[in-house]
Amino acid sequence: MAILEVEDLKVYFPIKAGILNRTVDHVKAVDGVSFSIEQGKTYGLVGESGSGKTTTGRAVIGLESIYSGKVSFNGTDITNFGRENSALRKDVQMIFQDPYSSLNPRKRVLDIISEPLRNFEKLSKTEEKKRVQELLEIVGLSPESILKYPHEFSGGQRQRIGIARAIALKPKLIIADEPVSALDVSVQAQVLNFMQDIQKELNLTYLFISHDLGIVKHMCDDIAIMYKGRYVEQGTITDIFNNPQHIYTKRLVSAIPDINPRNREKQYRIRQEVQREYANSFNDYFDSEGLAYGLQPVSDTHLVALPERG
Amino acid sequence: MSNKLLEINNLRTSFRIGDKYYAAVDDVSLTVNKNEVLGIVGESGSGKSALAFSIMGLHTKARVEGNIFYKDQDIANIAPAKLNKLRGDDIAMIFQDPLTALNPLMKIGDQIAETLILHKPEMSQKQRKDRVIELINLVRIPRAEYVYEQFPHELSGGMRQRIVIAIAIANQPDLLIADEPTTALDVTIQAQVLDLIRELKDDLNSGVILITHDLGVVAEMADRVAVMYAGQIVEIADVHTLFENPLHPYTRSLLNSVPAEGQDKLHVIQGVVPSLQKLPRNGCRFAARIPWVDESAHEENPELHEVEPGHFVRCTCYSHFYFPDESKEAQVHGNS
Repeated sequence: MAILEVEDLKVYFPIKAGILNRTVDHVKAVDGVSFSIEQGKTYGLVGESGSGKTTTGRAVIGLESIYSGKVSFNGTDITNFGRENSALRKDVQMIFQDPYSSLNPRKRVLDIISEPLRNFEKLSKTEEKKRVQELLEIVGLSPESILKYPHEFSGGQRQRIGIARAIALKPKLIIADEPVSALDVSVQAQVLNFMQDIQKELNLTYLFISHDLGIVKHMCDDIAIMYKGRYVEQGTITDIFNNPQHIYTKRLVSAIPDINPRNREKQYRIRQEVQREYANSFNDYFDSEGLAYGLQPVSDTHLVALPERG
Repeated sequence: MSNKLLEINNLRTSFRIGDKYYAAVDDVSLTVNKNEVLGIVGESGSGKSALAFSIMGLHTKARVEGNIFYKDQDIANIAPAKLNKLRGDDIAMIFQDPLTALNPLMKIGDQIAETLILHKPEMSQKQRKDRVIELINLVRIPRAEYVYEQFPHELSGGMRQRIVIAIAIANQPDLLIADEPTTALDVTIQAQVLDLIRELKDDLNSGVILITHDLGVVAEMADRVAVMYAGQIVEIADVHTLFENPLHPYTRSLLNSVPAEGQDKLHVIQGVVPSLQKLPRNGCRFAARIPWVDESAHEENPELHEVEPGHFVRCTCYSHFYFPDESKEAQVHGNS
């Protein structure tokens, strides 16, 4: 059974206007997204800025209120679950994008990491300290650093503190929102390796949100490409990278810089071609509002947003 | 060689911390030729942006030593008035963050026109406006007349970055310095902006210094690449050599830490980039990050060695370097 199931998720933000501040319209940040993730897998959500990928992640964990649709975790409906459902909150955790703003600068590492523990587990001071030290060791930081403040750490170390906080309650699902985009390549490698290690150790499931297709390819089993709040394509890594069907996916894949300088001319030509195709056939792939169509299956695993054929 | 556009000799840029100066760019020498893209790669804190700012003379409080020859003129030791004549005209810069590089209270058209007013005062108002519209079209922004009247906040990130490029190329510079021009952009926009820079370079026959931390961008764009670590160039070579036969341990580690086809585990560089004050000023600066390599492998005062024509590597440790998960015998490559 899938650990996380999302059905027709919609997150709309109201646009208010007039002196009565009435809602005149909605921004459809997420407009009908469905997916499911099996336990222990990594599901990648890819898109450009403004595509709604972060909003989807935040809605799943309950940081955005859901307009309509259903989110179930382990078979339980957790749509718009409130504080009273705190037992479920334990099992779903989040790693935030920016390691500089997601840690309270006035709190010590001990307090940052033990906050989830204090909320859910009744531990004595010494037990708590021991647990935090264990967690720090898991993420490769020295246990002595519990009394330090966030500013005393580098970006990569801060991100690992964020991860330690996320895994403190042994969650089943982690939503990682661009976990490495603020980091240098070498530090990026460190965090990604580490995320893979703890995934194996704790049998974690990831919802991995990123705009970097190279990293998504490295980390994920299945991915979905989002555009303006809707899916344009969903499939396994092989489906998407070797057999992209939607023009938007093709454009995205062709835009990744190739690490081999010998392919430069070829890449440039492909990009120009795809760009032309994108300009010419935009109307075949998007509806009159410039949004993606509903998904049609291409194979068992591969779905593409195409207009229904008459 | 008349092809040479920029020649930097032993540049040292130091910042004052407390009452001491610390070099962020330490003894850097390089050249840029006409119609050439020189890529400068390095992580944050490697001094690549400090180098760019030194060339442009934008450091007001730093101590800049050494020579920067732009077409036989030493712009590191030049009167500010003379430098102002060159900046924005012969030498231009594309800044990293388009949101902070543009004035939020000024119309797009006026911002582009500013550099024309400064460097081409003989232009009439009509000519100037035509040129600005032409520039907006050149960077492929549709409805140029409309955008002319807009303010930066009305444009998307990609459009803003293109405006920054339009300002930089307004006077057809011979040397273009692009400091992480696409870091803030989405991949598809990045591809467009990079293609644009390349086409402009071909049209104007100018030299480009492209500063980035993204190895993919370098592989796509550069003709030659300099890798910087802790203020120094550790390896410099043409782009094919660098990607096919990287020698310096830092270059190799960096290439190994990027996700690639069929790679199971990413390489992690141990430790962190030392801060300016704690940076060892003697010996190989990368030694602390590769502790498994024997100390005797490093030089006392590492210098750039020309291992093959045009391919320079700092320190001798490259010939003894191996990744910890490789066996020691695997290090045959290197001195060959």
